[in-house]
Amino acid sequence: MKKYLLTSIKLTAVLLVLLAVLYPLFLSAVGKLARGNGNGETINVNGKIVGYANIGQKFTQDKYFWSRPSAVDYNAAGSAGSNKGPTNPDYLRAVQDRIDTFLVHNPGIKKEDIPAELVTASGSGLDPDLSPAGAKIQVKRIAAARHISEDKINTLVDEQTVRPLLGMFGPAKVNVLKLNVALDEIK
Amino acid sequence: MNTELTGVIVTFIITVLLAIPLGRYIAKVFAGERTLTDFMNPVEKFIYRVCGIDPQKEMNWKEFLKALLTINMLWFVYAFFMLLFQDKLPLNPDGNPAQTPDLAFNTAISFLVNCDLQHYSGESGLTYLTQLFVVTFLQFVSAATGIAALVGVFNALKAKTTNNLGNFWQIFIKTITRILLPISIIIAIIFIFNGMPSSFAGKDTIVTMQGDTVGVSRGPVAGMVAIKHLGTNGGGWFGANSAHPLENPNYFTSMIELIAQTVIPIAMLFAMGLYIKRKKFAYVIFGIMTIGMLCLLIPTMVSEISGSPAIAKLGVSQPTGAMEGKEVRFGPAASGYWSIITTVISTGSVNSMHDSSMPVSGLMQLLGMMINAFYGGCGVGILNYYIYIIIAVFISGLMVGRTPELMGHKVEAREVKIAAIVTLLSAFLIKGGAALAAYFVAHHGDMAWAVKPSAWLNNPSYHGFSEMLYEFTSANANNGSGFEGLGDNNIFWNVSTGFVLILARFLPIIGPVAIAGLLAKKKYVPESAGTLKTDSLTFGMMTMAVIIIINALSYFPALTLGPIAEALRGAH
Repeated sequence: MKKYLLTSIKLTAVLLVLLAVLYPLFLSAVGKLARGNGNGETINVNGKIVGYANIGQKFTQDKYFWSRPSAVDYNAAGSAGSNKGPTNPDYLRAVQDRIDTFLVHNPGIKKEDIPAELVTASGSGLDPDLSPAGAKIQVKRIAAARHISEDKINTLVDEQTVRPLLGMFGPAKVNVLKLNVALDEIK
Repeated sequence: MNTELTGVIVTFIITVLLAIPLGRYIAKVFAGERTLTDFMNPVEKFIYRVCGIDPQKEMNWKEFLKALLTINMLWFVYAFFMLLFQDKLPLNPDGNPAQTPDLAFNTAISFLVNCDLQHYSGESGLTYLTQLFVVTFLQFVSAATGIAALVGVFNALKAKTTNNLGNFWQIFIKTITRILLPISIIIAIIFIFNGMPSSFAGKDTIVTMQGDTVGVSRGPVAGMVAIKHLGTNGGGWFGANSAHPLENPNYFTSMIELIAQTVIPIAMLFAMGLYIKRKKFAYVIFGIMTIGMLCLLIPTMVSEISGSPAIAKLGVSQPTGAMEGKEVRFGPAASGYWSIITTVISTGSVNSMHDSSMPVSGLMQLLGMMINAFYGGCGVGILNYYIYIIIAVFISGLMVGRTPELMGHKVEAREVKIAAIVTLLSAFLIKGGAALAAYFVAHHGDMAWAVKPSAWLNNPSYHGFSEMLYEFTSANANNGSGFEGLGDNNIFWNVSTGFVLILARFLPIIGPVAIAGLLAKKKYVPESAGTLKTDSLTFGMMTMAVIIIINALSYFPALTLGPIAEALRGAH
C-alpha cells in the first residue's frame, strides 16, 4: 500500500502541473486570438458596451423586441431554468399570466398565434435568441410604438435571422440584443 | 423542424464515423503499436521516471485494483480540503466563499467518481482555482480511471490464461497523454473560436440597453467544457451547464459537445473488438446498445417536438415544441436527443432542464440511467454491460443445462455471485434512497437542515417524487444530471448521495475487474459444438432480454409512482 501511495502522490503532482496549469494556460493564450480575447464577445454602440453577444437581456419596453421569460431575471451573475414540471398548476397559472400580459401589450394579436417560447422560461435564464416567429409576432407593437412601418421592421427581422447551420442543421434564430441595437439605428 | 431532425441524425452519424478510427487508434495505443502520438513518448518517460513507475511491470487483478483505489483515495482527500479552504486560496476573483464540509464531501466524491452531481452553482460555489485544480483535474483522471479499468478487463479477456491485467499506471497515464489531453485541446480550441471564454478575467458588470445593471460570470471555461464531455463527466462551469450561452454558444458547439461525450464510449467498443480479436462480439454489442438507445430516444423526441399538452390547453401555439427549460438555438429535437445521450452515457451535462421535460421524456431519462449500459460512461459503460453478459451467460447455461462458459472460461458460482451483488446494489441504493427521502418529506418536513424537507421539492405530487427518485438514480448511475428544482444543498442530500456515489462507482469497477481476473486465471476450455456463442445475435438478444427483465423488475413500481403516473394524469 505504501509503495502505491508514494507513486500516487508523485503522479498527482505531475498531472496537476500538466492538466491544471499548462493546459488552461495554453488555452488562455489561444483565447487571445479569438474575438473578445477570450473574455467573451461584447457588443458596442457608440464606443459603449451594451452587452455580451451571447448573453440575453431583459427587454420590457414596448419599443423593443422582448426576450423570453427568465428564471434569473437575465442577471448573468448566475444562471438557471425555472425547473417547473409540465403539469405543475402554479406554473401553468404563471404561464397564463404571461399570456394575458402579452395580449394587453400586443392588441390585435390572437392568442393562438403566440409561440410558446414567449411565455416559457429558457433553460439558462439567459437565452439570447428568439425564433423568427417569436420576433415577428412583436412587430406590430413595435411599429406602433416607434411610428415606423411594419414592413421595415419585418425586413430587419429577416436580415437579422441566422439560418440553420450550413442551411441544414438546427433551428433558425434571431439574436434579440443585436436586433434591438439594429432597431435603434432605423431612422 | 426538418433541419432540427437532420441535425440530430447527422450528429449521430458523425459520432459513429469518428468512433471507428478512434477505436482503431485506442486499440493500437494499448497494444503498444506505433501511432501518431508517439511524440508523447518523452513526456511519458519523464512521468515514469519522476514517479518511479516501471511501466512494464505486470499486475494481477488485486494489485491492479490496489493501485487504482489508492490513487483515487488520495484524490478524494486532496479535493475535499481544497474545496474546504478555497476562499483562502488564490485565483478567486469573484470572492466566492468556502464550501461547507457536507457540500465539499459531496463535491469531492462527485467529481472523483465521474458523476458531477453539483449541489452548488459554478458561478458562486467554486473559485477559478478549484474549477481547475479540483474539477478539471478530476474530470481528466476519473475518466482515465474508468478507461484503465476497462483496458484491464480487455487484457483479461484477450489471453487464454493469464494473471496479468497490465500495468495500471502505464494504462492510466497513456489514457491521458494519448487520448484525453490531445483530443481535449482540439475541442477546446474549436470552442474558443465559437465564443466560449478562456481567460482568467473575473465577473464583469454591465449596464444593459434598458439601463439594468447586471453581472456576467466568466472564466477559463473552454478547456473544462472540452474534458467535461470527452470524459463523460458532465459537471458544468456555470449553474445552467450546457444550456448556458457561454458554455454552449451555438448549434455547432452543441453538436461538438454531443459528439465529444458519445465518441469514446462507442470507440471503446470498436477498440475492444480489435484488441481482444473478437470483432463480431463488439459489433453485436454495439448493435444491441444502439437499439436500446433508440428505444429511449424516439419516444422522448416525439413528446418534446409535439409540445406540452397542458400548454396547448392554454391556447398558445407550439411551433417549436415544448420550450420550458429549453433554449431557442437548440430547439426540442436536439434537446431531446441530448437528454437521452447524456443519461444513457453517464455524462449528465444538460442543454435543457430535465425537470421541465415532458413526463415521457423524464421516464426515458430515468431508464437510461437505471440501465446505464447503452454505451455508458468512459470505460464503465462496457463494464456494466459485462455484468449483464455474465448474468445472461449464467441464465443461458441454466436453460440448456450446461456449465456456462464465457470466452473459454467456466463461469461458476463465485463470478455469478459478484455479478448479482453489483446488480442488486443499484436497485437497493436507488429505491432505498428515494424511500428515505420521501419519508423525511412526509413525516419530518421541518427538520432543521439548510433546506427543510418540506421545501425540498420544486413541484407537487408525482413530479415531486420524480425529483427525489431522479437524484438517487443519477447518483447511482454516476450520471450527475438532476431534476434541478430539488433543494439538494443540505446535509441529507450531500451525505446520502455522497455514499451512494462511492458505492455505485467502485463496486461496479471492482466487480467486473475481479470477475475478469478470476475467469482469466482458469484453465482454457477450447470451443466445441456445444459452446454458447457469445458473439451471436441470439446471445445479443438474450442479453437485451436480461437487461429488460432486471430493470423492469427492479424499477417499474418506483417509476409508476413518478413519471408514469404524471404522464397518465396529464393526458386527462
